[in-house]
Amino acid sequence: MKDVSYVRTEMLPEQDPPASTSGVIGWMRQNLFDGISNSILTLASLAFIYWVLSHFIPWFWSPTWSGGSLNQCREIVAEAGKESGACWGVINERWPQILYGFYPQELRWRPNLAFALMFVALIPILFSMISRRMNWFLLALVLFVATLFVGSGWLLIVAQIALVAAMVWTGWQIVTINGADRAEQIKGGAKRLPNPLFFTATYVFLMPWLLWGGSIWAPIATALGFAVGWLAYRLLSPIIGGLGALIVAIIAPVIWWLFLVGPVAAGINAILPIELEPVQSRYFGGLLLSITIGVVAIAVSLPLGIILALGRQSDLLLVKWMSVGFIEFIRGVPLITLLFVASFLLNVFMPPGTNFDIILRVIIMATLFSAAYIAEVVRGGLAALPKGQYEAADALGLDYWKAQRLIIMPQALKISIPGIVSTFIGLFKDTTLVSIIGLLDPIGLSNSIRADVNWNGIVWELYGFIALLFFIFTFSMSRYSMYLERRLRTDHR
Amino acid sequence: MKKSVILGALTVAGLAAGAASAATLDDVKARGKLNCGVSTGLVGFAAPDANGEWDGFDVGVCRAVAAATLGDPTAVEFVPTTGKTRFTALASGEIDMLARNTTWTFTRDVDLKFEFVGVNYYDGQGFMVPKELGVSSAKELDGATVCIQTGTTTELNLADFFRANNMSYEPVPIETNAEAQQQYLAGACDVYTTDASGLAATRATFEDPSAHVVLPEIVSKEPLGPLVRHGDQEWGDLVRWTLNALISAEELGITSANIEELSAGTDNPEINRILGTEGNLGEMLGLDAEWAKRAIMAGGNYGELFAKNIGESTPIGLARGLNAQWKDGGILYSPPFR
Amino acid sequence: MTTLTDAPKESFRPSMLLYDSRYRAITIQIVALIGFLTLFGWLINNTAQNLADLGKEPSFGFLGESAGYDINQKLIDYQNQDTHLRAAFVGLLNTLLVALLGCIAATVVGVLVGVLRLSHNWIVARLMTIYVEMFRNVPVLLWIVFSMAVLIETLPAPRDFRGDSPEASMLLNDSVALTNRGFYIPEPLFSRSLGDIHLFGASSLRFDVSLDLIAILSTLIAGFLVSGLLVKRANRIQAATGDRPKTWYWQLGVIVVPTAAILAVLGFHLGYPELKGFNFQGGTYMRNSLIALWLALSLYTAAFIAEIVRAGILAISKGQTEAAAALGLRQSRIMRLVILPQALRVIIPPLISQYLNLTKNSSLAIAVGYMDITGTLMGITLNQTGRELETVLLTMLIYLTISLTISSVMNVYNNAVKLKER
Repeated sequence: MKDVSYVRTEMLPEQDPPASTSGVIGWMRQNLFDGISNSILTLASLAFIYWVLSHFIPWFWSPTWSGGSLNQCREIVAEAGKESGACWGVINERWPQILYGFYPQELRWRPNLAFALMFVALIPILFSMISRRMNWFLLALVLFVATLFVGSGWLLIVAQIALVAAMVWTGWQIVTINGADRAEQIKGGAKRLPNPLFFTATYVFLMPWLLWGGSIWAPIATALGFAVGWLAYRLLSPIIGGLGALIVAIIAPVIWWLFLVGPVAAGINAILPIELEPVQSRYFGGLLLSITIGVVAIAVSLPLGIILALGRQSDLLLVKWMSVGFIEFIRGVPLITLLFVASFLLNVFMPPGTNFDIILRVIIMATLFSAAYIAEVVRGGLAALPKGQYEAADALGLDYWKAQRLIIMPQALKISIPGIVSTFIGLFKDTTLVSIIGLLDPIGLSNSIRADVNWNGIVWELYGFIALLFFIFTFSMSRYSMYLERRLRTDHR
Repeated sequence: MKKSVILGALTVAGLAAGAASAATLDDVKARGKLNCGVSTGLVGFAAPDANGEWDGFDVGVCRAVAAATLGDPTAVEFVPTTGKTRFTALASGEIDMLARNTTWTFTRDVDLKFEFVGVNYYDGQGFMVPKELGVSSAKELDGATVCIQTGTTTELNLADFFRANNMSYEPVPIETNAEAQQQYLAGACDVYTTDASGLAATRATFEDPSAHVVLPEIVSKEPLGPLVRHGDQEWGDLVRWTLNALISAEELGITSANIEELSAGTDNPEINRILGTEGNLGEMLGLDAEWAKRAIMAGGNYGELFAKNIGESTPIGLARGLNAQWKDGGILYSPPFR
Repeated sequence: MTTLTDAPKESFRPSMLLYDSRYRAITIQIVALIGFLTLFGWLINNTAQNLADLGKEPSFGFLGESAGYDINQKLIDYQNQDTHLRAAFVGLLNTLLVALLGCIAATVVGVLVGVLRLSHNWIVARLMTIYVEMFRNVPVLLWIVFSMAVLIETLPAPRDFRGDSPEASMLLNDSVALTNRGFYIPEPLFSRSLGDIHLFGASSLRFDVSLDLIAILSTLIAGFLVSGLLVKRANRIQAATGDRPKTWYWQLGVIVVPTAAILAVLGFHLGYPELKGFNFQGGTYMRNSLIALWLALSLYTAAFIAEIVRAGILAISKGQTEAAAALGLRQSRIMRLVILPQALRVIIPPLISQYLNLTKNSSLAIAVGYMDITGTLMGITLNQTGRELETVLLTMLIYLTISLTISSVMNVYNNAVKLKER
């Protein structure tokens, strides 16, 4: 018998895929023109894109950057032989105003610095993969750049030298020792740099001082309130027991803040005045106003929101009802009504004679508003924690607050960060509503600018510019939030 | 950032704005700044320039009061207000005076408890239509679509006018002048109605102003003036007589150019009394003798303010009309300084 | 459960209020309650004192006074001599109208975009991504102002329709006019109308209900009910015999035929808009403010809904589709019977909050002069009467009621969907 079956003993070389499935043509066939309906969709989309661009680009490409008024722009456009064109002169003249509002020009380094420092302060919270060395290096860098704009004086030169030294030292470490080696060193007991979260905590008090100015002792005295509370707890807990000490530790700082901060700060300031020129909040405007309202409201609403979320989950019926009532009330009404409350009613609710300025009132209402939303986000985080975590905490014998502080909250808050970021994005966008109650945020300013004889009648340029500003901020934040969600998701797999 | 902001800003705010009921003049002097409510932006009357400096006809009144009170026309904090927020801002003490083309009406004076100290612009509600519509009288506007600015007395006047003439119309309420103008130019409304000054100011900035006409009918009286809170007569007097000083200065020929010369003493006793070289009018107001001189120097007399901000040489090009001095056929008439 | 031993009976000591967990809960709650009441009382007290200083008595009497202003868009009859309450009611209906229209449009666009973002067509998917990112990242107030400006600037004015050789012409056989004042579309008219029912007499809440509309709606509903019965019967037969009788023509018949009949009985015809005087007359007039607001709100919300829908579809594992395909189901049935029911469960809760957001965002109507409740009660009424406290609180209360109603209705639906989970 002879075996007639044939088996190929060597592989044939791979053949190129047919031209119709590879390369540009193949890609187009697969992604744009597979099937009749898809081809029609593609062609329609292309036509749409062409239509939009053919209208937009000639309008956009208009040599009017130096136009001093709408009429000048019209002349320039007519000279260029076009029918219509954008008038970019208004942006050229007014962009600093749209960014900073009425903040004094020579002091604008302060919001800039505050903004730059905010990123440094947020790094340890938002970007955990950045090393401590890098964080401190960045801080020194930002501060050094800031010193270049502040002015002159021997103190400043000393500070600059110190900052450069710090930068060189941390920079040298970053360059010479890579992450893995450093991790080994740390394992081996090498001394670590201080946790950058210290700076984050400092920043909370630094930012209002930079923005509003005044004596540095006011924020320091305010910060001391926390120390007062902590001290009270430490000193009293052995004497009158944990709970009593806790109550004192809550009441003491409140008394400190309400009655003692002012005199203490004023007293120290009389002895050792360190002051920045005060800037009243009515000078805040434009994007600076939006960012200030958004950032301050979110930061203040975080602790409030956490308390509300805990209240909502609480077993104590009354506490639960009050939390639910507050949250549902705030979430049930539009922000604009709350802003009307800020504008019309908040002063009426306060004791006769009190008078906050309107921006502070808006911040208060925006804080209450975002607190309700943050509470829901945090509640989501709490709900997402496996029940075992609660039970494990109980099994360890931790009491409620210890369990929350050590086990529950760190995890729940971490899960909630994307939600908090999107709450912030929402609030930041919603700050434009303050234009309706007469504050000059970017949209409010656009109306004021159009009340200038030179710019009366301008529409698209201003709105477009403002939209672009908001887009840049919110888009980058939402990208970050998406990145974070992805990272958190892999953490749990 | 928590409490520090609230507390820090609270102390600042608490210091900055005292109780509403206290004597406003003392507050202003203690603060060193006058808080003056203006519009968020109205062509010719109040608008910030590129440096954030406010400018305009209403702004000029604020600066005059600041100059009279504090000696510095720049010592003013301008608080932008909308049609809705302006009265609350004044009532709550957030602002010391409101100079925001506000119509003096009975209810505002009596029911809302404000005190109008005078009239700095006699206005009236008018109509503007495109010429090609061929309309020559507001009585021909039956069935028209009318753009109105909200938050003013305009919508009430309009309703009254059309009801009285038994005509129908379609109101398009719009928040700001800029948007109303946009709708009107695009033909989304046939008619634009607001105060005649506003119409003229708006028309002046059109690409082709001659294609639009302001109809002859003025359907309402709109005496626009600065106002203060009820119950502080001294402060009210101060603002009232600052405004009157500006008006009298024009009548008597005191201008920012010749004021130094005149304050050396003149033959006209009233000029002398205004400029403080004779009598003690300033003292009676709780100010020094040169208060009115400073007020006039701040931006010039009424006529100069008018000419610089909204007058015929500006793009807005308003004629004096009713706002001419009584001697020139207008109704501007300041009580005597005596 | 029973406890094995009774807790040792201790006499009550005041310190137990703090240290005994049984009493501590009560103590904390009482303290919280006292704190809350004190705060509330303090606020009320301040308010009363401030208002007394201002010489304002809180009172809702102004609602009965004559409003004096006109409202352009009204779903119910209103003249400027009607009361402020009536004006508020008109505004409320306008809020509800734009919210309803917006929710419908946002859902349609959102679902479409969400599905298209998953499309294999590269250019369409990219376009949809651009749309979503553009709308999500720019404040809705800007979009509202923007869309108003687009409507005003791009569409022809009514005067362009005039003359012998007009620049613009009406669409669809002269029945629809798109102008920058709004859209004029044919209106349904009944030559043998049944008339209206007048509810609430001559009070401020008087309300006319068209009997024609009731007749048509009830016919339609009856038709749907019968068609539902037909489907049930078909299901029964399919369950019993395995063959499903064709029912679609019956279903269509029981809905269409009676409706057509009642329309004919009522003498249904269309009224077309016509250019007369300054404006078009006749037809249904949808104002540009309504359209701009509707457009902006629904496109803005649709961007969020698209993301929700996309996430919902992506959340269904591919195995489900494959399993359904293995059972031999057609593509459309896989979507309808397998993917959607599961995806809906993920989609509905966030969708509800988007509806709520849209309703609340409709309060930005004042930016384009749409007279909703914010524009009437919290707008012109507030401004004319100077009653800030009353108008703002009333407006908040109304919005709160709307929000709570929507969320509870939607929660009922959500629970109905949820029940199917096993």
